[in-house]
Amino acid sequence: MAATISTAKRRQLGRPVSIVGAGLSRFGAFRDMTTRDLFVEAFQDLIDHMDQGIDVEDIECGYIGNYSSDLFEGQGHTAPILADWLGMTPTPITRIENACASSGSALREGVMAIASGMYDVVLVGGVEKMTDLPTEGVTDVLASAADGLYEVPAGLTFPGIYGALAKAHMDRYETSLAHLAKVGIKNHTNGALNPKAQFNSTLLDMMERRKARAEQQGQPVPDWRDEMDFLNDPRANPWIAWPLRLYDCAPITDGASCVLLVSSEIANNFTDKPVHVVGTGQASGRPLHDAEELTSLSAAREAAAQAYAMAGVTPRDIQVAEVHDCFTNAEINATQDLGFFEPGEGPRAVDEGRTALTGDRPINTSGGLKAKGHPVGASGVAQVIETFHQLRGEAGPRQVPNTNLELGLTHNVGGTGGTCVVNILRRG
Amino acid sequence: MTTETRAFNAVSFFAYLKEGQLAGIRCRSCGKLSAEARPMCQACHSRDVEWFQFSGRGQLSAFTCISVVPNAMGEKGFGRNNPYCSGIVTLEEGPRISALILGVDAANPQNIATGMALTLDVRDMESDRPTLAFVPA
Ligand SMILES: [Zn+2]
Repeated sequence: MAATISTAKRRQLGRPVSIVGAGLSRFGAFRDMTTRDLFVEAFQDLIDHMDQGIDVEDIECGYIGNYSSDLFEGQGHTAPILADWLGMTPTPITRIENACASSGSALREGVMAIASGMYDVVLVGGVEKMTDLPTEGVTDVLASAADGLYEVPAGLTFPGIYGALAKAHMDRYETSLAHLAKVGIKNHTNGALNPKAQFNSTLLDMMERRKARAEQQGQPVPDWRDEMDFLNDPRANPWIAWPLRLYDCAPITDGASCVLLVSSEIANNFTDKPVHVVGTGQASGRPLHDAEELTSLSAAREAAAQAYAMAGVTPRDIQVAEVHDCFTNAEINATQDLGFFEPGEGPRAVDEGRTALTGDRPINTSGGLKAKGHPVGASGVAQVIETFHQLRGEAGPRQVPNTNLELGLTHNVGGTGGTCVVNILRRG
Repeated sequence: MTTETRAFNAVSFFAYLKEGQLAGIRCRSCGKLSAEARPMCQACHSRDVEWFQFSGRGQLSAFTCISVVPNAMGEKGFGRNNPYCSGIVTLEEGPRISALILGVDAANPQNIATGMALTLDVRDMESDRPTLAFVPA
């Protein structure tokens, strides 16, 4: 086990940090809502779900992940606007941008702000309003997270680079289109159990609804037998960036997420069930063409090594994980890069159901970015929120069966591996 | 050619490309080659770098065929019914670079083979930012 995990210098937090509350907006397409409205909704959800309440005046500082309100809605300098709309001025809030890993990074910044001893109570979160632009516009904005000089001019899009990664995996390992499809089916099965998910529905249900709609409209009813049959029909599941198809891609999503971090010494003032951030790692990577390997993200391996070293745990100890499945193949890569499975064993683990809710290594119980939705700047903290709920045993119908959950992990990737943040959480 | 006077940056990279040359950087301290024009070696941090002209021959190491296209490629006529191929090219001198792959059947990617030999074929030579493209050798 853990052949892919190198060793990393063991860094330690200056003092322990705990998560004591979580808030999530609805995830979906909300025409009339802007960035600030989405974040207010997540913040209100946090306030409403604090076990022992919170006085907003007690929050001393904030870090909010946001990839590109500038390009998505023409609004820069988003952080003070959020401070104002939360009624938190003059509290300092800083926007953190690391593409799709923005809020994974924001959480780290908050952890370090408390660990430094400077603050005791810090708000961290993320937000993205993506649906104002047409798909081509969103494609351009997301592509700007790649190298504008040496990748984008080659025609590479965000799905395109992940498509090349998928092809490289298929060339080297036994990975197939069916494995990618199975990741999507699994994540939609989990998303169907998550009321906050953008796709709160299994792929089988989505297929049946399309059949019913065709029948209603007097059109020929497709004869799909099951989800795999549906996914293999190019009319239902067209190519986006071969070998990736529509249902391999996370959707375009509006949404926001936030958690409240406090110094562990005072965690019990807020809840009897804190969750501690025991490991955090972050690393930078080069563009895919300059990567050591085309089948693995070096930043993910390094960030994981840092987080495991800080937490003093191994991949084997992690009982539940939210990984960055912006595309279905990315989940398979992640489970290998994190050391859950040996290089090349990821596809077989999917076949064997090991990553399902009932498997020995449940991955993306929330539905993942694929079904829960991917408001890019909000996703890192949304992953942390799912893990927080799992560790507290309050994930409802999607609670993993393991009754002795101690350790969970989140893996948040920016761009196509330029940034990776791994956070490890332990039940208090 | 007065190669030494050009600044080690993307403006020079694309100027070379416009002349039909794929030029990158060789580090005079450690020998590291980069297919991107940069003023400092990414391996040893040496500032003692020089231009290196690649042969333009290489092989296809990974690729994708893109059907949902960005605006810039849409303007060139690509789209849902006319996908294009982009890939990672491993140059014969070692470094890799991202490039447009032309002269292949992007609508039938199963006919495109990883490992195929490629050769440089710069397009849009009129533009300040010509497109780095390769075709089957
Ligand atoms: Zn060097």
